[in-house]
Amino acid sequence: MEQIAENIGYLFQYPVLNIKTILDGVMIGAIFALAAYGLALVWGVMNVKNLAQGDFVIAGGYICWWLAKQGWVHPLLGVQVAFIVMWGFGWVVYKLIISRVIERDLFTSLLATFGLAIMMAQIMNLMFGSDTQSVNLGYETFFFFNGFVDVPMVKLICLVLAMCLAFGVIVFMKRSRMGQAIRATSQDSRAARVMGIDTEKVYAFTFSLNSAICGAAGALVVMIWVIQPFYGITHSVRAFVIVTAAGLGNLPGVIAAGLGIGALEQYGGFIFGIGYQQAIAVVLLLIVLFFRLMQQRRKRQSLS
Amino acid sequence: MKLKHAAFAAAAALGFAAPVFAADCETLTLGSAISLTGKYATNGIHAKNGYEFAIQKIAENGGVQIGDTCYNFNVIYYDDESKGDRGATLAERLIQQDGVQYMLGPYSSGLTKAIAPVTEKYGIPMVEAEGASRSLFNQGYKYLFAVLSTSEQYLASAITLAAEMAEKEGKDPASVKVAVAVENDPFSLDIRAGVLEDASKYGMQIVVDEKLPRDLSDMTAILTKVKLTKPDVLIVSGHSKGAATAVRQVGEQKISVPMFAITHCESADVTGNFGDYAENVLCSTQWAETLTYEDAIFGTAANYEVEFKAAFPEYAEKKVPYQTAQASAAVYVFKDAFERAGTLDKEAVRDAISATDLMTFYGGIKFSDAGNNVAKPMVLRQIQGGEYNVVAPSEFASHPLNWPRN
Repeated sequence: MEQIAENIGYLFQYPVLNIKTILDGVMIGAIFALAAYGLALVWGVMNVKNLAQGDFVIAGGYICWWLAKQGWVHPLLGVQVAFIVMWGFGWVVYKLIISRVIERDLFTSLLATFGLAIMMAQIMNLMFGSDTQSVNLGYETFFFFNGFVDVPMVKLICLVLAMCLAFGVIVFMKRSRMGQAIRATSQDSRAARVMGIDTEKVYAFTFSLNSAICGAAGALVVMIWVIQPFYGITHSVRAFVIVTAAGLGNLPGVIAAGLGIGALEQYGGFIFGIGYQQAIAVVLLLIVLFFRLMQQRRKRQSLS
Repeated sequence: MKLKHAAFAAAAALGFAAPVFAADCETLTLGSAISLTGKYATNGIHAKNGYEFAIQKIAENGGVQIGDTCYNFNVIYYDDESKGDRGATLAERLIQQDGVQYMLGPYSSGLTKAIAPVTEKYGIPMVEAEGASRSLFNQGYKYLFAVLSTSEQYLASAITLAAEMAEKEGKDPASVKVAVAVENDPFSLDIRAGVLEDASKYGMQIVVDEKLPRDLSDMTAILTKVKLTKPDVLIVSGHSKGAATAVRQVGEQKISVPMFAITHCESADVTGNFGDYAENVLCSTQWAETLTYEDAIFGTAANYEVEFKAAFPEYAEKKVPYQTAQASAAVYVFKDAFERAGTLDKEAVRDAISATDLMTFYGGIKFSDAGNNVAKPMVLRQIQGGEYNVVAPSEFASHPLNWPRN
């Protein structure tokens, strides 16, 4: 308790700390938002809740790391490579697993993707070993406010890349035929089929796109943090929290929630100790679910 | 098999130079259940090679003299498959069926914990070299002895070093501020306990004391506090992810702290992954070949490295791991104890082991009542120009400490 009070005290004593904490959170949150948007897409369009979301992120990280280690591809280009490779991986997973569970009930898809998550983690463990890995670009760090606020260049680059990717996806969804088809399918798949949209193709495309976005996010994660075969679950949990908070099909909401969770995690880690940093995400999930439930109850009451 | 032949060839080649080659000595059998397969196989085999090498060296140096007879050690090995229950069964079998009276330890704290109750039950003295958990030494075991430093000592020597540096600066060690961040698991909490205990002995102030989560990937929040509280020592232990995250983020955020000590430098490959960021980081280890320890059988630590590589050519390309060195030291403890006991009676041998006060190439060996080695400090190496150089304990160090760090 004393410790917590002291930590809160620091935040008031050095107001500049708040800037640092929020900046750190935003730079990380942008990457969370990417994975969460992929989840929202798949959830909204095909009603599949992908529990392997975090493992897709980690797989993307390993692709970037492995290529960089071989000296074949610069890590920053590894982001694009991870996007492409994970696109292919997503398509294979769709054809093998997801297409078979898409029409089934909620639990079948949850179980299938949960199994996929376990498989992926173990396979990565066998392939790359259980040691933590990361890519270090060794770029400069910028300092502001007497060195209190530090902005590593690599985090800035990752933020920009994440923004480009998000922007690209938004334009794609708004402008392209496929984007329109995806939105149509998510609104009413049967009507879309009647209108001549090949929903099977849309599903495959959506799932591949999700996997590719996750892959790119993972490649960014490996450059600013560390990865390990069993770290997928924390990324999955964050993605679920963000989507639950923002709602489906609401990209600005997802981005805002992603940045918000990033910042709140940093605050949580600072105030309660780093051991509770990830607990913040879970507590938020509970709070969000609680309020959602209240809202729905009120709506139902107003209807009756 | 090839390796065994090589060992014998090397032993034979060296043998004629020894004053008495103990070829016509009698055989004294030890037993060991050790991990030759499974997740601990790599280190299990390191340990076995260490045992074998020591046995050879002792034979070349006249064997074990008990009274008027000389003996050569022979070890019966069983593969415990890195599993605790298997280890306990095999220990029973060694004692009951093979009639083994003295045991060498297995690899890892977990396996040692599984076997110790068995050896204890039959009153079989066991000298182990690979189980560091301090929970092995608060069970009241009478027949368990460990030559290595226990886990709470892993980073405590950094505190001693910080106190030394403060005194050199003409400051009171009590003015030193310490920041500790360790993972929330038994091994790392042992390390934390050791650090806090030593820090409180000097009256040092703990300014940050945090637990790292199991899936740690970001510790900026802690480093921000480090920036605010300006400690003189920063201690981080959280297996390879802790080492990697700490070295990267301390470097990235240019946290300036005079002393920065971590564990698991090698498994996180901090020099390879983070280059300059790892410069002047302190890493703990049980033993290093550059230490100036020495004894009559193995010579200096450096000599041990050279001769071991000659006997086991598969190590030629790498450093001899400390797991091997401490295994050899365990065999040496048996030799010394048998000779002092002057009998094969296992109770007398147990008492002789307990009274061990020996200087070896691996460091001093002297057991507390609980059975852990209290004479050997943990070694701290500092990464200097990408190399691991021993800087503490100061009296055995090969290089001076770069202090402050940056």
